[in-house]
Formats: sequence, C-alpha cells, structure tokens
Amino acid sequence: MKPVRIFVPRDAAARSVGADETARAIAEEAGRRGIEVHLVRNGSRGMLWLEPLVEVESDGKRYGFGPIQAAQVADLFDQGFCEPSTAAARAHASAHGPTEDLAYFKRQERLSFARVGIIDPESIEAYLQHGGYAGLKTALGMQPAQIVESVTASGLRGRGGAAFPAGIKWKTVLGAPGDQKYIVCNADEGDSGTFSDRMLMEGDPLTLVEGMTIAGIATGATRGYIYLRWEYPDAHRALETAIGAAYAAGYLGANIQGSGKRFDLEVRLGAGAYICGEETSLLESLEGKRGQVRFKPPLPALAGLFGKPTVINNVITFASVPIILERGAPFYQHFGMGRSRGTLPMQLAGNIKRGGLVEVAFGMTLRELLYDFGGGSLSGRPIRAVQVGGPLGAYLPESQFDTPLDYEAFAAIKAMLGHGGVVVFDDTVDMAAQARYAMEFCAVESCGKCTPCRIGSTRGVEVIDRLTSGTNAAAQEVLLRDLCETLTYGSLCALGGLTPFPVLSALDHFPEDFDKTPRARASA
Amino acid sequence: MTNTSERRVIPIQTEPPDALRLAERARVLEVCTQLKDQPGALLPILHGVQNAIGFVPSEAVVLIAGELNLSRAEVHGVVTFYHYFRTRRAGRHVVHLCRAEACQALGAADLEAHAKKTLGIDFHSTSADGAVTLEPVYCLGNCALGPALMIDTELKGRVSAQRFDELIGSLRKEVS
Repeated sequence: MKPVRIFVPRDAAARSVGADETARAIAEEAGRRGIEVHLVRNGSRGMLWLEPLVEVESDGKRYGFGPIQAAQVADLFDQGFCEPSTAAARAHASAHGPTEDLAYFKRQERLSFARVGIIDPESIEAYLQHGGYAGLKTALGMQPAQIVESVTASGLRGRGGAAFPAGIKWKTVLGAPGDQKYIVCNADEGDSGTFSDRMLMEGDPLTLVEGMTIAGIATGATRGYIYLRWEYPDAHRALETAIGAAYAAGYLGANIQGSGKRFDLEVRLGAGAYICGEETSLLESLEGKRGQVRFKPPLPALAGLFGKPTVINNVITFASVPIILERGAPFYQHFGMGRSRGTLPMQLAGNIKRGGLVEVAFGMTLRELLYDFGGGSLSGRPIRAVQVGGPLGAYLPESQFDTPLDYEAFAAIKAMLGHGGVVVFDDTVDMAAQARYAMEFCAVESCGKCTPCRIGSTRGVEVIDRLTSGTNAAAQEVLLRDLCETLTYGSLCALGGLTPFPVLSALDHFPEDFDKTPRARASA
Repeated sequence: MTNTSERRVIPIQTEPPDALRLAERARVLEVCTQLKDQPGALLPILHGVQNAIGFVPSEAVVLIAGELNLSRAEVHGVVTFYHYFRTRRAGRHVVHLCRAEACQALGAADLEAHAKKTLGIDFHSTSADGAVTLEPVYCLGNCALGPALMIDTELKGRVSAQRFDELIGSLRKEVS
C-alpha cells in the first residue's frame, strides 16, 4: 500500500499550540499500528483557530482535522482517519472534510499566498512543481525597463502600510546612476495584529526570494538584504534554508540560471525596535547604527543603503511580484477596486472567533471580514471596536464597519488599512486605556529624533491620565487635541505622525470611556 | 633608609576590572573576527555575542569597539537603542510576554499581572531562583492565538494563567 500523506504545519502559530507534539504523536502511533505514513510539515493554511490542523491526503484531496492535540491522535487512527473520505472518518468531531471546500478558504483569492500551506517550504522541488520561479523565468527574458513597466501596470502598491506604487520606486532605482544598488526587504513586521509576512516567510519563503531576485534584475541591483525581526526565529530558519536551496539550484549567485545576471541575498536580524519598520530607520540599522529616522530627501531610491540607490519594499510586496510576471500585469490589475489593485492578505486577530489570514481582492467590507469570515468575537460578546492597520491605525466603531477595504476609503474616514491587520475588541474594552496605551507605545518605541514624538508621547500619557481622572477634563481634552496636532505635523515619520490616529479615534468615537468620574459611572 | 632597588611598577589600568570570564572574552573576540569584515557588521556581531554568552556586557563593548575601530560610545549607543540586547546576565530562560493590542484584546494585561505576581518580579528582572527573566515584547506575530509569549525561541499561544503556570513550572523544575 502507498504510504499515507499527512500534513502537519510547521508554522510558528501552529507550533505555539502543539503542532510538533501532534506530528510526533502521529508518527509514533502510525509506527505502533504498522501504518506507513509520509509526514509533511507544511506552512499554515491560515485558518489559525483550527491549528494544529492535520490534513490527510486521499484521491488528490486533502481532508482537514483540527484542532488536533497529541492526546487525540490515537482516537483519530481508531476512527480510520488514514482513509479520510470514508463516512466513519468524516463523522469524527474534528473532521472538516476537504480543506479547500471550507467556506473560509474557498472565498479567498490567494495570489501571493497561493502555495502557503500547500507545499513543504523546505523543498525547492515542491516550489518548482507548484509554479515557482515561473515569474523569474519570464523576467529573465525581458529588458529591465519592461519588468518595471509590468510592475507599474499591475497597480501594485507597497503592502507595508504606506501603499506607495512599487513600480515608481523601482523605476527611480533603475534610472539612478550607481556602481552598486541594493534590494532591501522590510521584514520587520512589528504591527500588532499582523502576521502575513511571518506566515509567508515560514510557509513559502522562496516566493519572497524570487520576488527580490526579480527586483534585482529589474533595477540592476546585485545584492539583497532581508531585514527580519528577531521575534521570528522560525521564519529565520525557513529563509536560511530557502536561500541555501536557491544558491544550490542556481537561482541565486553569480550566474542565475545561466543568464549571466548576479544576485546575492542574505538575512539580517533586527533587535526589537518597532521604529526599524520605518524604511530609513531600517537602513540605518542595516548599516550597524542606532535605528534613527533619516530626513527625506534624499529618497532611499537614490541614496539608500550605504548611500546607494535602494529598492526597499515589504515582504508581501515582493511576494506579489512573481505572479505579476508569470500571469501578466492585467491579470493582477483585474483584482481590486479604485486605485487599490490586486489582493491584500488581511489578518484577523485579537478577540475573534475564527482568526487567521484572509487574502481577498480589495473592496470587501470590514463587516464581511469580521462576521462572514471571523464569525464575530471569540468571547461571544458584541464587537465594540476594531483597530485596523496596527498600533498606529484608528479604532473603528460599529458604524464604520461597512467601509470597503480600500486605501482611499479608509483614508476618507481618517483611518488606514496599513499592513492589513485587524484587531477585534469586544464590549469589555476600555477605550481610554487603549488611547493611553497608544501614547505609551509611542514613548517606548520612539527613536528620539523628533521632540513631538519623544516628549509628546510621554506628555500624552500624562494628559490622558488627568483627563480620565476628571482633573479639569474639558481643558485636558483641548490640550490632548493640541498635542496630537503637534505630533501629526511636527514628526518626521509615521510613528509620531500617526499615533494621534488611535488616540483621537478613541476619543471621538468612544468619548464615554474617558469620563471616569463617579458621576459618569453612576449614570452609565 | 629606602632601598631604590625595591622600586615597584604599578600597572596603569586602562579598562575597568574585567568581570568577563576568560572563555567568554575569547568567544566575543572570535565572533568579532568572524563577522567584522561584512558591511554594517555591528548588529550581526552584537547578535553573535549575545548568542554566544547570553548578554552584551560593557566589557564586551570595549572589545567590539576595538575590533571595529569604533568608539565605545558608538557601540554603547547601539546596544542600548535596541530592546533585545541585554547588558546584564539573564536567567536560564528568557520569557518575552506580549503586551500589544491583539493580545490585550484577550486579556494580556491580566496575564502580565499574573506573571509578575507568580514570579515575584517586574519586567527586565530575573526570578530569585535564576530560572526566568521576564521581558515585555510588542508583538510576536501570533495575534490570532493570543495571549502569546515566547520562551527563549519557542512561541506559545492561547496562554491562560493556568497554562502560564504549567509552562513556567516546567522551566523552574529543571536542574540548573
């Protein structure tokens, strides 16, 4: 009999709830029963509430069982899960049927995440079998300017949060004179509520490697760095393995696939500084300095890493490039709405029943995401506030849940889509505490270059404390709004400039939480 | 009468007394030699040193500055800018507890209070038995399965107070 193929994710989130133990138990139990099993450690499918999600292959389909803890493994074997399509196996309490038929998965439009959760991320053979390096192959047959034109035409905008058109950045670097140019990947995914970069790097790291290689060929850059946060040790291992495999197979190095083009790539680790997600601060850090923000101009595209022309993009931006080259700009451009083209991997996090990764075209409403995909709050209580776009994103009340996921639509309500993180809070949340935390976070993470951010954030915590304690509250609110204005217009980068987003949105939409005087509590 | 032949030579001490063990000193220098020729070498070296000896003490800063031809102030400035680098020895395990919003939405503040109470320490300190150093962290990327923490390099999700006690209990039981 052919060995049964069983998939247990090696993704850090899956491992954080016991995937390694489950995998070990499956191997042991199969051995005990004399069943031949081929265990594959794949990335996560992104349905994180089902992790550890065990999949068993049968007739070309993969049947999901989850969440499966090690202690349940023997019981699964008893129910015959090695033949997952049988009625007995499908009757198991943790059985979900074919994974790809699950509505959560089926409704997605997975472009950059097409292979994540499907393949063994350590196998370059699996990557190639599933269409990997088709984009690079196309790119190698094109002129650099044509590649840049294709990326521009696709409408791809930077997925790190700022949404700057990627093609324009690339074009600037292509046109910049320089004996050495660099490709830098911003993998310092520090926004709370976001994990798409991590999932991609762990689940399909070669897509990132391929995207960066294409960027190098398109702009004439021969050296790349992935600046990865230290908090992602699993992603670090996955990237090192992928880069090693790409070198061995001739997809990196001095002569990529015999084309005569060179591209070298290495991973550098950050050291726990949120500000290093800001591009100029990241470049300082890569140069071995304190991660302090630089003045712009000069743009990194002209004078970036070590003063050389540099393309710096987020993980998902680079990971979107291979499919654009493979399928063509019109294919990618066809997804989305308005000026937001393509897909965005949204991440459902916090107090949510079905948390995970949802890659969809721009245009779906926040409400669909929260309820159709997310299934409401984990606690079962009403959702009161949602923070979109990380710690610098606005808190949205229920009345704004019909906003479509689109950069411009979010900007219109003084919010931002950012890197696609959605953090859900139920009605037990204290929004004044969240506003205070936003200031506190800014104080902890400020690089110290600008006074409004460095000092203003600490003053902000104090003003919010006085406001909520009812000490001359009306005057404190005026002061807080004034301080926020100073932060917005007086900071060099987004940390100081956007901290007012969560603070003011909390104050504007949930003013009742800021009045903690006994009188207000009694009437509440 | 003084005997001039007994003149004593007092060595001039240019560095603070060296609290680094000899073996640690050697490892710091080894890391520097290995990594110093790459561009932007300081962060990789600091990571290398912390991996090798567990922290980046001021004695190591002196050595690194010498190897990279930087001033001690420059190296010190970089070490202290980044939250991850530690200048004091840690306990046997370092626990990074997530304080960010997604974990807050699932009770991270309560878990933080519980952790501090159980361990009898605040952030940036080590439990009396030397088993655990507690550090705050702002997002571990496990935002759909919070509250999250990381023990050394192992990520843990859905950490209730009870699960915290189990995880920490097993760390404290280990023989040092």
